Formats: sequence, structure tokens, C-alpha cells
Amino acid sequence: MASLETTLQLLSPYPPGWGGTLLKGAASTLAISAGAYLIGLAIGMAGALGKLSGNRPLGLLLNLYTTAIRAVPELILIVGLYYAGTDGLNRLLLLAGMPPLEVNGFVAAVAVLGFVQGAYMTEVLRGAILAIPSGQIEAARAFGMSPALRFRRVVLPALLPNALPGLGNLWLAVTKDSALVAVVGYQELALATRLAGASTKQYFLFFLAAALLYLAITLVSNLVFSLLERRVRRGQPALA
Amino acid sequence: MDFSWVAKYWPLLLSGAWQTVALLVISVSIGFLLAIGLAFAQVSGGRVTKILARSYCTFFRGTPLLIQLWLLYYGVGSLLPMIPGLRQSFMWPVLREGFFFAAVSFTLNYAAYEAEVLRGALLAVPKGELEAGRAFGMGRFTLIRRIWLPRAIRIALPTIAGEVVMQLKATPLAFTVTVMDLYAVAYKVRQDTLLVYEPLIVVTVFYLILTAIIARCFGLVEQQVPVRR
Repeated sequence: MASLETTLQLLSPYPPGWGGTLLKGAASTLAISAGAYLIGLAIGMAGALGKLSGNRPLGLLLNLYTTAIRAVPELILIVGLYYAGTDGLNRLLLLAGMPPLEVNGFVAAVAVLGFVQGAYMTEVLRGAILAIPSGQIEAARAFGMSPALRFRRVVLPALLPNALPGLGNLWLAVTKDSALVAVVGYQELALATRLAGASTKQYFLFFLAAALLYLAITLVSNLVFSLLERRVRRGQPALA
Repeated sequence: MDFSWVAKYWPLLLSGAWQTVALLVISVSIGFLLAIGLAFAQVSGGRVTKILARSYCTFFRGTPLLIQLWLLYYGVGSLLPMIPGLRQSFMWPVLREGFFFAAVSFTLNYAAYEAEVLRGALLAVPKGELEAGRAFGMGRFTLIRRIWLPRAIRIALPTIAGEVVMQLKATPLAFTVTVMDLYAVAYKVRQDTLLVYEPLIVVTVFYLILTAIIARCFGLVEQQVPVRR
């Protein structure tokens, strides 16, 4: 192992050190995760409402989506969708008579991870909506609220306490799944670390540093989610 | 869609499936034993063991498996040759393989997740059953062996089935450290034949079959010990 002084030099954020590369990698990990999470939330909310709408063909389609995505290993999904997505887009562009597009690695990563997150999100949100006492929604309907108003005033505030633990788990899952994007060659924290290790031969040091960065992300997120949960649960009786 | 390559790559696919299953069985069985220790350390250990077990679980659940795998393979793997005499020992051919590092990191990771499940299950065993055991004069270990652990495992069984499937879905990562598992075979087929989707579809079917087998096995075990509600 390297001495303390060389260790600090290697981890320094300025060019001879690799700290900057790692931090930049961590920032892009966070950006990918946040983007994918937001896309997943949107897909998940639409999917949950679609599944609960009672429309048979739509329900079957959404069931196929959530079952297939949750049954296939993430790595295969990410690699498969990465190629299928860019390939499919270019074929569409070709059909439309436009030149092929070089898809930005960041956009592809966010889209693919978001699509995968959407399946898990659908199930979490569907469960959370089902757990709302139906009397509350009926009362809102009896007051003559439009569906949009009903969703904003009654459904959303009532589903958040039920959904937040699941949503927190999914956020932690996406920050860790984003490391899989390294396999298709987009430089986030995991790949940046392998690069730093390869050029300095200090693999152990850098992977340990990366692990601590991921751990820090996890611990801070845990704190944020527990604060959020306290906020949305205000006024509710304490759980046993 | 062109599946004519399957005839040629059939043996390779089977050996890949075998590697995947071997990784899964090794990590789940050894990881489960580790998890039992970790769970008890958290539920009934002293202060120091409690903190150690907790931090172990937090570390392995808070970092990506890919980083843990690479930390072992590249990090520890580059430090191992520095241990004098290890290169000449009979263990070296095993320690040199990516399979060894994949098995170790999957085991450690699985143990952390499983310990968390078991911890909850241990706490969910009704107090009265433990007290009844104690009233019969059972010692600590008899109580654990006859009542506490079997009851906790029964309570956790459905969750354990889910964890095993999650573990199966994590095994393709082994291909990043040169293990020829199912996913690596798909990768090789793609390089040889330039087909992107077909190999992925075929190995996906393999994973789905494995998932179905796991679900069926756990279903059978659950039927053996019915729960009265």
C-alpha cells in the first residue's frame, strides 16, 4: 500500500491527483440517478393510474411491462435497451428521412434507467394508491371535485406517506444501478474509478474511495428521506 | 431474427448456465450461513458485535455490488501477489480466477441483505414461544436451534425467495471479471456473429427458467411447513 502522503496526493482534487475525476464521476452518477428517478416517477405514476383505471387492454400491457422488466437481470436490460434504444431511434429517423443521430451517452443512460425504474415505481405507487381508504376518494367525488383536483388535493397527499418508504428504496436502488452504466462505457463514478485505478495501479485505494462516496450518497439520502417522511406523515398517529 | 448460432453455441450456453448456477448456489448457501451469524449479532449480541454487524450491513447494502466486485478483483487481487509464498501455494490457481472473486463478493453482498431480512424475522418470532422454550429448560443454543431460528426462517421464507431471485439477477456482473457465465456467453456470441438481440433474448429465457425453478422450489418448501393463521 502507498504511504499516507502519496495517498493524499493521489486523491487530491487537482490534476496529478485523481480526486477531481472521482468527484466528477460522483456528480454524473447523481445526475444520471436523478434524471432516471424523475422519468421513473412520471412513468410510474402514469402506469399506476393506468393499471387502476380498469381498462383491460391497457392493464394487460402495463402488466407485461412491469413483469418483464422486474424479471430480467438489470445488466441485460441496460445493455439490451441501450442498443435497442439508440438503434430504434436511428431507424425511425431513417424512416423519416433524417440523418442518423449519435445518441449522447448521458441521455441514453438516463432513458434506460428511467424506463427500468418506471416498472418498479408503478408497483410501489399502485400499492400506495390502493392503500388509501376509498371513503376519502368517494368524499372528494361527492364534493364534485374534478379528477385533476381530486388527485392534487386528496390522492397525492394521501398516497405519499404510503409510498415514501418504497420510493426511498428505489432511489437507493437507482444510485447503485447507475454503476451498471459503466458496462456500456459511460463515464460515471464506477468507470472513472476504474480509469484512475488503471492509470495509477492503485486499484484498492480508488475503489475504496468510490465505495465511500457511494456510501455517503446512501447515508445522506436516508437522512433526507426520513425527514421527508416525517413531513408527509405530520398529523398522523405514530406507528406502533 | 436469426437463431441458427444456437446449434453451434449450445455447449457454451450450457456451461455458462452452469457457471451462473454455481455462483448463485455458492453465494446463497455460504451467504445464508454468514447472515445467520450477522442477524444474531444484531439481535442479541453485545454492544461491539452489534455495531460491527450493523456497519457491515450498512457498507455492503450502501455500495453497488459492481464496486464491491471490482474492489475485490482489481484492488485485493492486485495486493494478493504481495503475500509471500501465496503464488507458489496450491491455492493460487483458484485465487487467480475471476470466479473466485465473484463468488466471494456475491457471498459477502448476499449475506448483508439476507442478514437484514433475518433480523426482522428473528424479532417477529412470538415472545411466548421463546419463553415456552426457556420454561422447558432449554439452553441458549438449543433454543436457537429448535425454536428461534426455524421459526424465523419460516417467517422469512417468502422474502428469502425474493432475495435469491435478486441474487440471480445480480450474477451477470461476474462477466466484468472474466467469468464465462450466461451473460458472458451472450457477449461472446455477439462478438462472433455481430447479432445483438438474439443472444440477449436466449440468455434472458435461461434466466426466466432459473427464476421459475427457484420460485417452484421455495413454493414446495413453503408447502412442507404450512402456517396456520
